[in-house]
Amino acid sequence: MKGILKLAYKLVVNDKAKFTALLVGITFAVFLMMFITSMFVGVLNHSAATVINIDAPIWVMDPTVQTPANTIGLPGYILDAVRSMQGVKYAVPLYAGAALLKLADGTYQSANIIGLDDTSLYGRPELIQGNIDDIYAENGFIAIQDADFPKLGNAHIGSEFELNDNRGVIVGIAKVRSSSLFGIPTLYTTYYRCLQYIPNPRYTISYVLVVPKSMRDVPRIKQQVKVLGYVALTKDEFIGRTTNFYIFQSGFGMNLLIMTAVSFIVGLSVSGQTFYTFILENLERFGALKAIGTKSRELVSIILFQAAFTSLTGYGLGVGLCVSLIGVAKLRMPEYAAMISYLNLAVPFAMVLVIAAISSYFGVRRVLAIEPFDIFRG
Amino acid sequence: MPDTAIKASGLVKWFGEGEAKTTALKEVNLETYFGEIVYIVGPSGSGKTTLLSVLSGILRPNAGKVLVEGGNIWALDADRLAEFRLNKLGFVFQDYHLFPRLTTAENVAIPLILKHEDWNESMKKAVRYLEIVGLKGKEQLPPIKLSGGEQQRVAIARAMVGQPDILIMDEPTASLDGETGRSIVSFVHQNVLNNQRCIIIVTHDSRIYEFADRILDMEDGRLASTEKVSHEN
Repeated sequence: MKGILKLAYKLVVNDKAKFTALLVGITFAVFLMMFITSMFVGVLNHSAATVINIDAPIWVMDPTVQTPANTIGLPGYILDAVRSMQGVKYAVPLYAGAALLKLADGTYQSANIIGLDDTSLYGRPELIQGNIDDIYAENGFIAIQDADFPKLGNAHIGSEFELNDNRGVIVGIAKVRSSSLFGIPTLYTTYYRCLQYIPNPRYTISYVLVVPKSMRDVPRIKQQVKVLGYVALTKDEFIGRTTNFYIFQSGFGMNLLIMTAVSFIVGLSVSGQTFYTFILENLERFGALKAIGTKSRELVSIILFQAAFTSLTGYGLGVGLCVSLIGVAKLRMPEYAAMISYLNLAVPFAMVLVIAAISSYFGVRRVLAIEPFDIFRG
Repeated sequence: MPDTAIKASGLVKWFGEGEAKTTALKEVNLETYFGEIVYIVGPSGSGKTTLLSVLSGILRPNAGKVLVEGGNIWALDADRLAEFRLNKLGFVFQDYHLFPRLTTAENVAIPLILKHEDWNESMKKAVRYLEIVGLKGKEQLPPIKLSGGEQQRVAIARAMVGQPDILIMDEPTASLDGETGRSIVSFVHQNVLNNQRCIIIVTHDSRIYEFADRILDMEDGRLASTEKVSHEN
């Protein structure tokens, strides 16, 4: 069989024009599919930035909250109730909201404001400059150095701004794992400073962050929170809920599906048609092979190998092209919203297998249908 | 008395059904022997190609038997029949049917590769057979770079490389000029034919009749006459 597959390889690779067309079609389709899905994964990752950066194991929230960005305030007694639940090691409040800053040069800039529990500073970012204790200093804020950091002007330790007519001072600069989706800078301060500086509704706790005694306690904590009429989600569940919101309720998912389908159709039509033409051009020769004594399963192996080889080579090139392009983009823009996950690799791979299967299916049908007698008849 | 290569009896083959039914072979009986070249001639539509296809295990007859080495080839299943064609027969097609994207040597080696022989050994044998058919030095060329006569020689080398007992040639001179056609069949007569091999040729070309041992004339699906050719000059 090794010799037959080598023959199959030479038949397809030596037809340079068709082989190139096949590779270009599949590479382009894989590149598009992967690029679109990695953009989407990147966007989803940024949309769950608060959850990823705070990194709490359990998040208690109103049941209607869909994403970290649309918070609904929790009454103060929920924090007390959660703290007294069985299985809870400790629980802290978190403020997550947005505010309009007036920068030193007089311009206005929206910003995400994260208010950490005053006692524990649970979920604090990793500081690059400054001292974490300075967050307790008068008007102290920590700025996050991400792609949106320059929007704070020439921000540095000691920079001042106004927030709702209150003075704010940057006392530290920190980094986080994921920057926000909406292209605005992020500031961290204490929970109570948020309540003082930002106008708030009656209920002010955005989330109650819970650390369980052990992960075995998670179901029990969830059950107890549910009894109160609220919901407790693990970190992964909250990210999943955010993802589902963007996929199913924002229109993002449908656009992604359409673009992926278009890429798939482009790849299928280019490579499928080219492969089928390749089979048609060699049909009489396949018939001659059949007459000489090639078994049907050997002919099928030849065609499947050719389809699989071209598809997987195109897949490799497409992945390489996509990774290179995203790599180059990230060199220029470190927070570029594209992220390659196993899903990004798996979806185009599955699509490529489908392209190979459909392309070879029609080829196999034609080759099996040809009668060696037709070769004699001319 | 030479050994029998193929013994066919009561071959019937029809195409179509009802009013469209056409009977291409009508009770054809035939015996060929090792060491002879048999021509099957006749007008278009007389059933020559159908007979050749039935004899070579390509087209299943509606009735009759084709015995090779005492066994009826039409009693074999599809895989065994393919193995029979690969091991016992060599085919030379009218339009050669060489793969243009493979080298000449790779084209010749195809039957050996199909027999799962080692690739490098197959290439060595292919080069040797190309030498036999007079194409030394053209092993790495694609067939498209060769003349019609040379391509036919490549096809002959491909048919011979597996050392088949029976060589089937379908209109081998149809695509060649008269001179080249004669030289090809002359080559086959001198270099391919031997006591362990039988060659069956379907042809319209009367200029190559001189190389036949027997000429079977087909007419309307029947063997109308058999002519023995004398080679004594």
